[in-house]
Amino acid sequence: MAFFLEALFGGLMAGMLYSLVALGFVLIFKASGVFNFAQGAMVLFAALAMARFSEWVPGWLGIDSQFLANVIAFVLAGACMFVLAWTIERLVLRHLVNQEGVTLLMATLGITYFLDGLGQGIFGSDIYKIDVGMPKDPVFLLDSVFEGGVMINLEDVYAACIAALLVFVLSMFFQKTTTGRALRAVADDHQAAQSIGIPLNRIWVIVWFVAGLTALVAGIIWGSKMGVQFSLTTVALRALPVIILGGLTSVPGAIIGGLIIGVGEKLSEVYVGPMVGGGIEIWFAYVLALVFLLFRPQGLFGEKIIDRV
Amino acid sequence: MFYRENGQFKTSYRADQQIFPIAQDRWVILALIAFAFIGIPAMVDEYMYRAILIPFLILSLAALGVNILVGYCGQISLGSGAFMAVGAYMAYNTYIRIEGVPLILALLSGGFFATLVGIFFGIPSLRVKGLYLAVATLAAQFFCDWAFLRISWFTNNNASGSVSVSNLSVMGLPVGTPVEKYLFCLSFLVVFGLLAKNLVRSAIGREWMAIRDMDVAAAVIGIRPVYAKLSAFAVSSFIVGVAGALWGFIHLGSWEPAAFSIDRSFQLLFMVIIGGMGSIMGSFFGAAFIVVLPIFLNQFLPVFGEVFGIGISTATVSHVESMVFGALIVWFLIVEPHGLAKLWSIAKQKLRLWPFPH
Repeated sequence: MAFFLEALFGGLMAGMLYSLVALGFVLIFKASGVFNFAQGAMVLFAALAMARFSEWVPGWLGIDSQFLANVIAFVLAGACMFVLAWTIERLVLRHLVNQEGVTLLMATLGITYFLDGLGQGIFGSDIYKIDVGMPKDPVFLLDSVFEGGVMINLEDVYAACIAALLVFVLSMFFQKTTTGRALRAVADDHQAAQSIGIPLNRIWVIVWFVAGLTALVAGIIWGSKMGVQFSLTTVALRALPVIILGGLTSVPGAIIGGLIIGVGEKLSEVYVGPMVGGGIEIWFAYVLALVFLLFRPQGLFGEKIIDRV
Repeated sequence: MFYRENGQFKTSYRADQQIFPIAQDRWVILALIAFAFIGIPAMVDEYMYRAILIPFLILSLAALGVNILVGYCGQISLGSGAFMAVGAYMAYNTYIRIEGVPLILALLSGGFFATLVGIFFGIPSLRVKGLYLAVATLAAQFFCDWAFLRISWFTNNNASGSVSVSNLSVMGLPVGTPVEKYLFCLSFLVVFGLLAKNLVRSAIGREWMAIRDMDVAAAVIGIRPVYAKLSAFAVSSFIVGVAGALWGFIHLGSWEPAAFSIDRSFQLLFMVIIGGMGSIMGSFFGAAFIVVLPIFLNQFLPVFGEVFGIGISTATVSHVESMVFGALIVWFLIVEPHGLAKLWSIAKQKLRLWPFPH
């Protein structure tokens, strides 16, 4: 039982991190109808920027405090993401208005290649570490109930809390602010939004920037967990079934989907994996999402798909 | 002046419906095929075969298959790499497990098994569409990657996990030197190209296109979506599977699942989009573009760096290469979202009037 709980918690925490990456996908898809494959590359880019800036900043400004350096690096990396969002809107999206979904998807794949090259070209392609003071020690819960207790990584708990907080802030931003309302309007109908005076281009910059920030947060958390390296981009591929399961347009869907996928992956790896030779978590999430789609083509919380001739 | 159909009268339906109704087209294509079979072997060196021509031929065959699914039937697939893998591994298993099986039969059996897998993973297309389907087909990709890596039966219990074939021959003729490999792939491509061209202009091809343009409307006028979609998956994955078998047997010789990773799927989709969706010609253009571009960049960038007096390291070259590749793709999508095939048809239109526009 303790083992099961451990796996369950591990899955939930991993799921929270998946949903963090998935959030970036959902935000962009909602606001611009672009299925942003570059989210993974953005995570890598942001994490690289954060890691290298926090290394460089003490040298540039002569600061000793690691905390201050981290804050400055965060701001700088955020600025990078803003410049990136602006450039993408200016150079790519603006010219691809009204194209088919698959063309836009391909364009974001092009952006992925570009960002991979750019990020590693500027910031280097070694493995870097991000140290934002996340605790590394495991803690044991429920000692009294099970022998040895249930081991949980405190780092994971922090990460999950940060993810939850981010989700809360984002949903507040979407529900309560004027910009958030404008974003939702654009998501509903581009033309109608434009006709009541919402500037589409600015909205796109904002939404790519917000997605960039979630990529940054995800990059920091993943980066401090497993080091900043090229394999971070695969995190995005792991997050894809999450959004399919949760629905492409739903923020809560990204969270719930993430949790389901995280738990499913972990439990299947632990209980089914040994029977078929292990390593099944790579495809298990996809197959889970696929089976799910057969029953609910729009995902858990997606908008119902209505076909009209 | 030269490219005009004036005076070419058709007196029968048969003549009117041939693949290339304009005589000039017919001659150019025939000349091109003759050149590919006779001219090229007399001209190029071994590097050219290995690095450009053979990959180009095989990948254009794969792109042709993907184009049938994506361009003609409108079902976006990110799992083409997996179908290539199925083709390669099942062809391998047929080849080594059945004593004395001819090479061509082994390759075709790879295509056959890819068809089965393709139909299986095409079933979700009956329920989900567009981008959801694209992600769903990724399931095929990851599952096949895993299966060929972990299930040792597929690799004939080979400890290293990679498989290899050697001493290939077709009907007594060896397929070993680059020239022989080139001619072998070229023959496959010509046959399948003709087959695909005829399929897409037949009744089934029109059904696919109707489904692509609007599946609900197509269903209303009496096209069976199940049949149309699954047949597109079947034909497409057959061709892709054969291409995968060729890629493994002829191009690589020995391979492991990484040769058919998700990057391969993206690459094939790029070929289709850049070449032109829903165009047989486009598949060839796209494949040529994607095969040649990285080689060109790889050769060109260091030279370019020297001109400006910057020594470019190998790592930087690969980064800049990926940047330029990405940027070019985006640029291409912006200037010509309908692909190179569209440019080709525009050029043909212009050529009809040239040089006397009135």
